[in-house]
Amino acid sequence: MTEPEQAGSERVNGGLKMMSRATYVREALLKNLFLLCAIVAVAAVALIFVFTIARGWEVVKDPGLAAFLGGAEWSSTLGRFGILPLVAGTLAITLGSLVLGAPLAIGTAIFLSEIASPRMRSIVRPAVEMLAGVPSVVYGFFGLVILRPIVAEITGGMGFGTLTASVILAVMIVPTIATLTEDALGSVPSGIREASYAMGATTWQTIYKVLLPAAKIGIIDATILGMGRAIGETMAVVMVAGNAPQFFKGLGAPIATLTSQIVIDMSYATGTHKTALFGLAIILFLISMGLVALVRALSRLNEKKA
Amino acid sequence: MTTTPVTAQTDSTEGVAKFSVRGLDFYYGDFHALTGITIDVAENAVTAFIGPSGCGKSTFLRCLNRMNDLIPGTRIEGRITLDGADIYGPGVDPVDLRRRVGMIFQQPNPFPMSIYDNVAFGPRLHGVKKKEELDGIVEQALVRANLWKEVKDIMGRGGLTLSGGQQQRLCIARVLAVQPDVLLMDEPCSAIDPTSVQKVEDLMAELKSSVTIIIVTHNMQQAARVSDETAFFLQERQGEPAELIEFARTAEIFTSPHDRRTEDYITGRFG
Amino acid sequence: MGKRWTNRIALGVLWLCGLTTVVVLGAVIVYVFVRGIGQITPEFIFTAPHGVNAEGGIGPTIVATIYVTGLAMLIVTPIAVLAAVYLAEYAVQGRLVNIIRFAADTLASVPSIVMGLFGFALFYEAMGLGFSVLSGALALSFLMLPIVMRATEEAIRAVPRFIRWGSYGLGASKWQTVSKIVLPSAMPRILTGLILAMGRAVGETAVVIFTMGQAIYTPISPLDPGRSMTVHLYTLAMEGINMDAAYGTALLLMVMILLFNVSARWLAARNRRLKG
Repeated sequence: MTEPEQAGSERVNGGLKMMSRATYVREALLKNLFLLCAIVAVAAVALIFVFTIARGWEVVKDPGLAAFLGGAEWSSTLGRFGILPLVAGTLAITLGSLVLGAPLAIGTAIFLSEIASPRMRSIVRPAVEMLAGVPSVVYGFFGLVILRPIVAEITGGMGFGTLTASVILAVMIVPTIATLTEDALGSVPSGIREASYAMGATTWQTIYKVLLPAAKIGIIDATILGMGRAIGETMAVVMVAGNAPQFFKGLGAPIATLTSQIVIDMSYATGTHKTALFGLAIILFLISMGLVALVRALSRLNEKKA
Repeated sequence: MTTTPVTAQTDSTEGVAKFSVRGLDFYYGDFHALTGITIDVAENAVTAFIGPSGCGKSTFLRCLNRMNDLIPGTRIEGRITLDGADIYGPGVDPVDLRRRVGMIFQQPNPFPMSIYDNVAFGPRLHGVKKKEELDGIVEQALVRANLWKEVKDIMGRGGLTLSGGQQQRLCIARVLAVQPDVLLMDEPCSAIDPTSVQKVEDLMAELKSSVTIIIVTHNMQQAARVSDETAFFLQERQGEPAELIEFARTAEIFTSPHDRRTEDYITGRFG
Repeated sequence: MGKRWTNRIALGVLWLCGLTTVVVLGAVIVYVFVRGIGQITPEFIFTAPHGVNAEGGIGPTIVATIYVTGLAMLIVTPIAVLAAVYLAEYAVQGRLVNIIRFAADTLASVPSIVMGLFGFALFYEAMGLGFSVLSGALALSFLMLPIVMRATEEAIRAVPRFIRWGSYGLGASKWQTVSKIVLPSAMPRILTGLILAMGRAVGETAVVIFTMGQAIYTPISPLDPGRSMTVHLYTLAMEGINMDAAYGTALLLMVMILLFNVSARWLAARNRRLKG
């Protein structure tokens, strides 16, 4: 084998090679390049925040912070941009989707992690993952053409509104909550399960008394992230909510949310109206960042306990 | 009980010292792992490090090719020289050091690529490009590792398809292909079957004429079979740094150890 | 003995939960398939919509969708993969890594409508790129960045430590180890992540509607506008015109998404087989 002599390297006594300057510089450059890429992620978040704020902060001047955050009416024709009806709408369908979706998702996760045979699992798990991949317009479309007429039968009216949106959103948050809950259950040491079974507990008692308490924080995390998904979901909601910025008037009455109002108004908004839409985006951004921070704080708590 | 630092290697060195270690202390962050290690490792011989698990023998081995540099927060005091040159000296390239001081690990770790590419990996790294030259190096390394006959017709197969023992010899061939002066072996036989252990031990006997070998083993019979000299490490109390208790010719260590603790370990009174 | 009955009923409910998700997915797929399959003709796929009712095909929207997704992929892949290399191989756990991870998590949870508005403000207004494939791709790359980053980081972390040691032990430098051993070993899982991120991009609506626009146009240059398939479906459905074309578009979208999912799954399974 020929002795490969790297450019710029020199030998000290005993034949130990000094690190060549070229190698050192190359490795350091690469490391910094990778660091730069990682910082892009941070910069991206900062950029989103800065630009949304830059375009939206003037809501504090016009219509004014109090009128914006505390106003009970959103009407572009009257020039009133109070977000309370939109917040109420978001709350209503988020709550509705959690009530319907969270138990279904957690149940599915328990089914996958504790009950299903490998064969069953190989059917249900891909189904859950694919539910996550279905585009939100397709969910919205499905809700519009299938679910809306059914809801209209039940509640009267057109079928646009809280109930339809909640059902569609419930399906959409199932994959988020189910996958994360399954992870949480999977990280419970199996010795705990065996100990419970060994004491004569049934499967359900083991799940209810041992596994769920052990995985509690993980399941709460999963539900919070599912909630985040529901709050931020846009297109599916626009297609089935009816888009009337009014307070809750019944399960079958149309409503609007923070997200749907942006889509509806964006095509024609100008001036203060447009600023107010960016104001909505700031609020949505803060909510999602807050939820992520909450989840991280919770899991740190969990690590400390463990 | 105070321990006297071991400096006695006077009657045990044969030939020149390859590695010379003086007053080595090693830290993982706040944890003081090794203290006061002083030892001379003979050239072209097999030196065994023995001791109960957790006694720092693997940690010490990893100081010799600066593998510990890869773990953040580690620190070293004292001096290690290879052929008289300080391996922790300013500007010394740990990457080139590792080429000269090859390492075999407990778990056979072929790369997920063909047998040929596994062995050719090192030479390619160091700039060999020509096909004929590479072929020669690969064959020679596999021959030296006693694996050539078994794999010469399946060079394109994945390294991971071999048996555990073959994988370990492939890893040895892979290291030999970069022509190291020293071979560090960190419990190389603890994860492979007994027949393969025999082959690896035979291989060590053949290789030591050209390569200095240092082997960490928790198997005392193995140390007795393969090594010329043996060093016994011990961490006496939990939380305290480990030390080198005794270092001598293997025959001497196993028949008439000077230190009471060595004797206790050899005769199986603890560990 | 109530214990046994409670157990049976509870397990029955859990079975029902598991099956419900499958049924819902099946219902969506079957419904879209049955109603849409009649629409799928070469004409539908290759020609442009025309007339007040958007008769004819959806060709330009397919082109725009593939174009914007491909471009976003080109932009995001190098950055996301190298960022993940930094996090998994180089970074020392500490404040900076925590900040980067928090940023990535936040980025992953930013609602897509916010992403869309931001893309509009930055790329349309501030940078003057207008409604264009480039604006859309840049905005989408923000959406895909955390997905690809996380998949890559997990893939790199799944490469066993001792394989790295083998490489370092041969005198390979850090970059040689990363580029020749770690990344090739992690490649199948990285590709799986990339494919899933592409699926997300294809299905995204709120981001592209405000960055690529809604004009039906076959984009050639990256500065051309375009209407994605999702935006087309949204427009048809909301305006209630040409529901047949809406079903056809929904079906094609689903087929694309399913293809992405299945190929990602196949890649992951093949990888497990090779390793096992």
